Amino acid sequence: MQIRILIPVLAILALALVPMLAPSLQVLMTLALAKGIAVMGVTLLLRAGQVSFGHALFFGIAAYAAAFAAASNLDDLFLLLFVGAAGAAVSGLLVGLFVVRYRGIFFGMLNLAFSMIFWSVLEKFYHLTGGADGLRLARPEVLGLALDRAPFELLLYYLALALTLGLGWFATRWLGSPVGQLFQTVKTNETRLEYLGISAQATLLKGYILSAVLCGLGGVLVATAQGIVTPAYAYWIRSGEMVFIAVLGGVGSIPGAVAGAIAYEVVRIYAAAFAADVWQLVLGAFLLAIILFAPSGLMGIYGALMDRISPRRAAAREEKTSAQAAVQTKEART
Amino acid sequence: MTTPLLEARGLEIRFGGVVAADHVDLTIAEGRNLAIIGPNGAGKTTFLNICTGWIKPTKGQVFFRGEEVTHLPPRKIVRRGVARAFQIPQLFTEHTALENLMIAVSAREGRQSPLLSMGAQPERREMLELLDLVGCADVADRPVVELSEGQRKLIDIAVALALKPRLLLMDEPTSGVASSEKFEIMEILVAALSQAAVTAVFVEHDMGIVKNYADEVAVWNSGEVQLRGTPEEILAHPDVIRDVIGEEAA
Repeated sequence: MQIRILIPVLAILALALVPMLAPSLQVLMTLALAKGIAVMGVTLLLRAGQVSFGHALFFGIAAYAAAFAAASNLDDLFLLLFVGAAGAAVSGLLVGLFVVRYRGIFFGMLNLAFSMIFWSVLEKFYHLTGGADGLRLARPEVLGLALDRAPFELLLYYLALALTLGLGWFATRWLGSPVGQLFQTVKTNETRLEYLGISAQATLLKGYILSAVLCGLGGVLVATAQGIVTPAYAYWIRSGEMVFIAVLGGVGSIPGAVAGAIAYEVVRIYAAAFAADVWQLVLGAFLLAIILFAPSGLMGIYGALMDRISPRRAAAREEKTSAQAAVQTKEART
Repeated sequence: MTTPLLEARGLEIRFGGVVAADHVDLTIAEGRNLAIIGPNGAGKTTFLNICTGWIKPTKGQVFFRGEEVTHLPPRKIVRRGVARAFQIPQLFTEHTALENLMIAVSAREGRQSPLLSMGAQPERREMLELLDLVGCADVADRPVVELSEGQRKLIDIAVALALKPRLLLMDEPTSGVASSEKFEIMEILVAALSQAAVTAVFVEHDMGIVKNYADEVAVWNSGEVQLRGTPEEILAHPDVIRDVIGEEAA
């Protein structure tokens, strides 16, 4: 088996064995995988050249939708996931209709503005949302079965893993499909896109809704794992965390979103445990080191390792990079 | 009377004090390649921009095959059969030549399936043939950023042709291309247009290209179409020699 295939297979196997080999990490990894799904949403938008500083909006909307659904006796795990995804999709459509008209910093900041409006609503409408205390999300049933805590957490872990793999596969296929390729051309040439008979806004909107759904599913999983939803789910720090993880994993990389989320959660938890007073400093230093020494993120480090194993691939990549740099210089001069 | 492929009626547009079009009437018949010549800043590119919906005229109308398209956005005009190639090639720089064409096919066919691989579309062979037609089959799998300006121009035109248009509007198809390559590119281009039964309108400054490859020539000066005729008539006209070609060059 080629090493390029072997390493991902081993990584998936290691994840599958976490409950057996390192049960103390199971909840941590559930949260990491859930966040990885959410970061996939942010990563999708990065592929179209857009950074959202407010995608926690959909993370929060889906989590609250699930909490409201659970409070209304719709307390099946799969039903909660569906309700959360639907809530994220509808809100993604409504917010997307507005924000896809903007690009760059305006796109990023408008997303942030929407997420902060939602956060304020969650904070102020105490009678409905529980304010800063949030809402409790009781452990839901699973296809009619009421599970105890341990089996439920085990099932939730494997569900998070299955969703990570399934949605990661879907997102990768989507990006490789005609509609996904059109979506990515928003980054490189909207003029040509328009002259192909395609609306750049409509194309971006499709990807935006998908990214919202991914964030929403991540939000429901985290809410179910923690048993509570609070306004912090939609706060700007959560959005920043998603962008942070996307950069850490490797900008635009779907596997990078998951790898970044796992690395982030592990560093965060262990930094908090062993350096409680300065854990943010440790986390910041970690990202700084990645940006300085591996600007392509964890997947960039992985790619460099693979290049060492396969020098021909490295040469081809270098040739392409230098040609791209030459054209960018020429275009800048023009 | 046959309906013109494209018809502009009474087009007017100004940019500040500059008149780019001043009550312009222009018709383009199917199958007749038209070259538009004129001094820099005369309004030639603006005309292409108006015809493709990129700019809206202050007054006047544009008809494509008898249907008014004046206020439609570019994408809707493109879907009716008008394609555009640019002075600076407008390609997807992170993709290969073939991928650029495959993306154009996806757009043409309106494919939405999230699970269909772009490379697995049934038109792959058709696109390879199109690349062959414009003489770029050997660079099909190379990223467009690695290609020469001439090749990028041809691929830009191939992308437009992949849409199967009735009319192709080109802005200086040979600008930025080495003199030695210009005629070679035009030979390839005219053959490709003929095979695809596409009528072309091209803005051009090279009179050698105009003389050899246009069926008709329109002289655009100070926002007006001052003359129209065959290349032989137009290029020998004293006003054209004075204002466009220059006495010495003539």
